[in-house]
Amino acid sequence: MTISHHLDDEMLLRYSAGTLAEGWSLAVATHLSLCPVCRSRLAAYDSVGGYLLESDDSQTDLDDGWTAMKERLDAGERDNVIALKPRERPNGIFPTPLAGYLKRAGGLKWRGLGVGAAHMVIPTSDPTTVVRLLKVPAGKPVPEHSHGGTELTLVLDGSFSDEISTFHRGDVEHADESVQHTPRAHPDKDCICLAVTDAPLKFRSRLMKLLQPLIGI
Amino acid sequence: MGVSSVLDQDEINRLMARVGRDRDVQAFEALYRYFSPKVRAYMLRAAKDRSMADELAQEAMAAVWRKAHLFDPSRGQASTWIFTIARNLRIDALRRGPRPDFDIEDPTLLPEPVDHADADYLRRESAQTVRNEITGLKADQLQVLKMSYFDEMPHSAIATALGIPIGTVKSRIRMACEKLRASLREKL
Repeated sequence: MTISHHLDDEMLLRYSAGTLAEGWSLAVATHLSLCPVCRSRLAAYDSVGGYLLESDDSQTDLDDGWTAMKERLDAGERDNVIALKPRERPNGIFPTPLAGYLKRAGGLKWRGLGVGAAHMVIPTSDPTTVVRLLKVPAGKPVPEHSHGGTELTLVLDGSFSDEISTFHRGDVEHADESVQHTPRAHPDKDCICLAVTDAPLKFRSRLMKLLQPLIGI
Repeated sequence: MGVSSVLDQDEINRLMARVGRDRDVQAFEALYRYFSPKVRAYMLRAAKDRSMADELAQEAMAAVWRKAHLFDPSRGQASTWIFTIARNLRIDALRRGPRPDFDIEDPTLLPEPVDHADADYLRRESAQTVRNEITGLKADQLQVLKMSYFDEMPHSAIATALGIPIGTVKSRIRMACEKLRASLREKL
């Protein structure tokens, strides 16, 4: 299986710089778990950070922090070697970063969307995004929508196609205001995605618009 | 102490190994004197005041001491490793949310398509390429790159600070990224 839809440069750069909000970062970290190509690209961005850090030519003319640091080392900092914490072994389709959030949310709990699909909002401490898992039954469409802002969709299981392309496990679709699409799950399997949005979705149909506040999508 | 001299990569790696393997305080002092002003400057660009920046820089350097045995020079340069430590501390200190990170031990992690030695080689090569390329970036591209890395500035704030349209900020970052990426693609 090869991932063919990757993270864009700005998102990787901001993730590397540490300026990307938590909601997007969760999707980025989950994609990175599945995508060696983007891990390589991230390493390159991190090395940009390392270069910028090291090329700073500030002088050591401030108070001598080494004295304080030496005291810390003498007081036992040297013995405080961090042990690798034992890891829980996640199974199935959720890579570690996402599995942790699911666990803190009390496990996987689907809520029906009334159109055959189901979702689960994943709580984060980031008020600027909404992070959800979305399950679309095999062969069924996600109701047509455009986006008030940006939407990042990462396939975790199954696959879907829209007017633009086909997306399999690990693939990322990055949609903005200009995209009006009707993703449809492939008929062989339910499609489960991680979806991050920075604004509520805008549905075309009046029914969906009416339902939207009720079902919290 | 006075001006920190430049340490080359081999020397830095030797010092890191002495800290990681032997808990060598002298080696750590050399690394501390070289890196801590840089880390402090990095913290100062986001911290509220000098004392907070100092404190964060000390924490970062203490983490370098504690975690030095985890540094693997075949995976990248020490400055990159220290940057990621400092960055994560800065996020924890200055922002509300945690930063989700992938886990290299994750069994669901999709492995590299090539074997590890090759991957390490490629990673090292690409880090070197990035360094070569970045010094070749235009000053205005480097400036916006630095602002977005160090100053936690959204594009709109960079535009205001430089008095240029936001589209120009975006295109400079994009061009810098394209250039870095193009050079990487040649390698990978």
